[in-house]
Amino acid sequence: MSEQMTGAQSLIRSLEAAGTTEIFGIPGGAILPAYDPLMDSSIRHILVRHEQGAGHAAQGYASATGRVGVCMATSGPGATNLVTPLADAHMDSVPMVAVTGQVGASMIGTDAFQEADIRGITMPITKHNFLVTDPAEIPRTVAEAFYIASTGRPGPVLVDVAKSALQSMTSYAWPTELNLPGYRPVTRPHSKQIREAARLILESRRPVLYVGGGVIRARAAQELRVLAELTGIPVVTTLMARGAFPDSHPQHLGMPGMHGTVAAVASLQKSDLIISLGARFDDRVTGNLDSFAPGAKVIHADIDPAEIGKNRAVDVPIVGDCREVISDLVVALKAEADAGHTGDYEGWVQFVAGIKKTYALGYDKPTDGSLAPQYVLERLGAIAGPESVYCAGVGQHQMWAAQFVGYERPNTWINSGGLGTMGFAVPAAMGAKVGRPDDTVWAIDGDGCFQMTNQELATCAINDIPIKVAIINNESLGMVRQWQSLFYNERYSNTDLHSKRIPDFVKLADAYGCVGLSCDSPDDVDSTIAKAMEINDVPVVVDFRVHRDAMVWPMVAAGTSNDEIKYARDLAPKFDDDADVELRA
Amino acid sequence: MTATVNTKHTLSVLVENKPGVLARIAGLFSRRGFNIDSLAVGPTEHAEVSRMTIVVDVEESPLEQVTKQLNKLVEVIKIVELDGGASVNRELILVKVKADVESRGQVLDAVQLFRAKVVDIAPDAVTIQAVGNADKLADLLRVLEPFGIRELVQSGMVAIGRGSRSISERSLRPVAIPAPPAAG
Repeated sequence: MSEQMTGAQSLIRSLEAAGTTEIFGIPGGAILPAYDPLMDSSIRHILVRHEQGAGHAAQGYASATGRVGVCMATSGPGATNLVTPLADAHMDSVPMVAVTGQVGASMIGTDAFQEADIRGITMPITKHNFLVTDPAEIPRTVAEAFYIASTGRPGPVLVDVAKSALQSMTSYAWPTELNLPGYRPVTRPHSKQIREAARLILESRRPVLYVGGGVIRARAAQELRVLAELTGIPVVTTLMARGAFPDSHPQHLGMPGMHGTVAAVASLQKSDLIISLGARFDDRVTGNLDSFAPGAKVIHADIDPAEIGKNRAVDVPIVGDCREVISDLVVALKAEADAGHTGDYEGWVQFVAGIKKTYALGYDKPTDGSLAPQYVLERLGAIAGPESVYCAGVGQHQMWAAQFVGYERPNTWINSGGLGTMGFAVPAAMGAKVGRPDDTVWAIDGDGCFQMTNQELATCAINDIPIKVAIINNESLGMVRQWQSLFYNERYSNTDLHSKRIPDFVKLADAYGCVGLSCDSPDDVDSTIAKAMEINDVPVVVDFRVHRDAMVWPMVAAGTSNDEIKYARDLAPKFDDDADVELRA
Repeated sequence: MTATVNTKHTLSVLVENKPGVLARIAGLFSRRGFNIDSLAVGPTEHAEVSRMTIVVDVEESPLEQVTKQLNKLVEVIKIVELDGGASVNRELILVKVKADVESRGQVLDAVQLFRAKVVDIAPDAVTIQAVGNADKLADLLRVLEPFGIRELVQSGMVAIGRGSRSISERSLRPVAIPAPPAAG
């Protein structure tokens, strides 16, 4: 049955039909017709202060809940302000739908007021995008957008709707089937590849489970744990996969990569078999590719065939959904175990456990009594606990948060991994809190990042979204400063933000209707966090004024080999000698 | 010469006949750093499907990456690499050559020899249409060169597999995806 209504009404009806319950957005000329029926809709629209905030909020919402995040903006500048979140979601495979208004169909191409070719602009940074000029196409397009965003490798989809289509009368009917002849994601892994992978796993002596964000998107954390415990194989979780495997688990070696643990980096380097699950051999993980894990065969499972073999040659490619791949591997390996075939990894497990113990994550406490940023994150993780959701910006605070908070569950760590978008934390936390109102949500932010998007505190305060923000304030663009310390002879060009002086973050929080707290001594960290945890009716902002010279360690300098990892400045771990002894045995 | 020939690959790409598809494909090539040697687009036996013939100059392993990235585009239905031996490929050129009363005879001889056609004639020039594979057309141009080429326009290559099989018949059967039911 089709009903007569305007294109705008059809759009809102379609968004409801697709399951949308929250939209983050800002109205403007071209999208204005849609905002009228939105007033009568069951959908809660959250009026943000900048479209970038709407986009990151949709990402945070999606990452925290697994549902499609939705944002809305007008044409031209409204739409271009969504470019960064779309690119971010594209890199990190976040399911989201962005709806933008476009100038009327007859005006398209005339350089009309607030016209931008947002479909052209976002082609390389969306999974797919649409321009709708015929109002009859609205329901089908919305249905297809949600389907594409949430299936296969998830990603952002943009639907650009001409104002003329919103204003015309049309008939609404939710489609019964979709017509996407070129879109057929493979989720079911090939049984031959699974058998081959199982064979390699049993033959190997030094295997590692290299776990990426795909495991979280595929909701496969449970299955991963079964596989890991069945085989006893050590696990590393990438920046995007923190929480996919409990940090407290004895088999977990931590995060690999540029700021990964020595054990995680060494395990990949010394491995004879990398079992990659939903990971993509990113340059921040592999370091110099030519010297990455030189002795390892590779099983690469991913839902996106284009990731397989893109950066690293593969021995067993498996295209499929991570949850199905891991489940099938468990079945195959259980059958082998029943037949008396199990892998022999004992020497290897002891070797990596030794490295993990010797080179545990640590940091130096400043001798002048000032605050170590790592200590703040360590205490925050301990007090707020693994049930809380943690969102981070990009930089030193992000790495310390990845290293020291401690994650036990999937979807509790949300950050901008691939694109590295400063300013991600506050709006993402806002979205996460909207999606999971009963959970505590912390934005862990740097003083640089915070000043890029903190206007959303107003949105949070007004709309009862009581997030908590921990600013790790080292009054600089800390990660850039760290590189200047290490690679530019301590010439600190344009990284000093003076943010212990300006702005006053406590006053700023107050001005936004939030509670502002400040802490600059290790003695006050616990009590300040406890106080923040007690305030649940308004957002809280804590200005943790930390030592500015703290650096993120371990570190593999960009472009160098993972073998060159430094445990601290000028301090290389000695796992090579150990490895020779252990692995010869 | 042989080395460059080996890295040329002909891809037949079936795409949905929708606005913006060409921009999407061209954008993908430039963004991922792959060079297009030639590209031709046109309709097929199915109104809703267009076919692109793309000649790329890449090694085997980047070719696999190009194909996989192309396949990720929602509007790309199917990609087939056409092997030179098992397919027919053709390009078309229109070339305007200087030809006065004295030289016209020789130019027309060349046209005959290459089974090309004269499609326009002026007192001091002729316009020649020729169809063939890249090598044949290059040979023709070499012969015409001394007379003086005033203007040249060349189509992208189109190609089709030999034999009775069609790359489009199976892949174009509609696969209906049941839409998720309306919420609420």
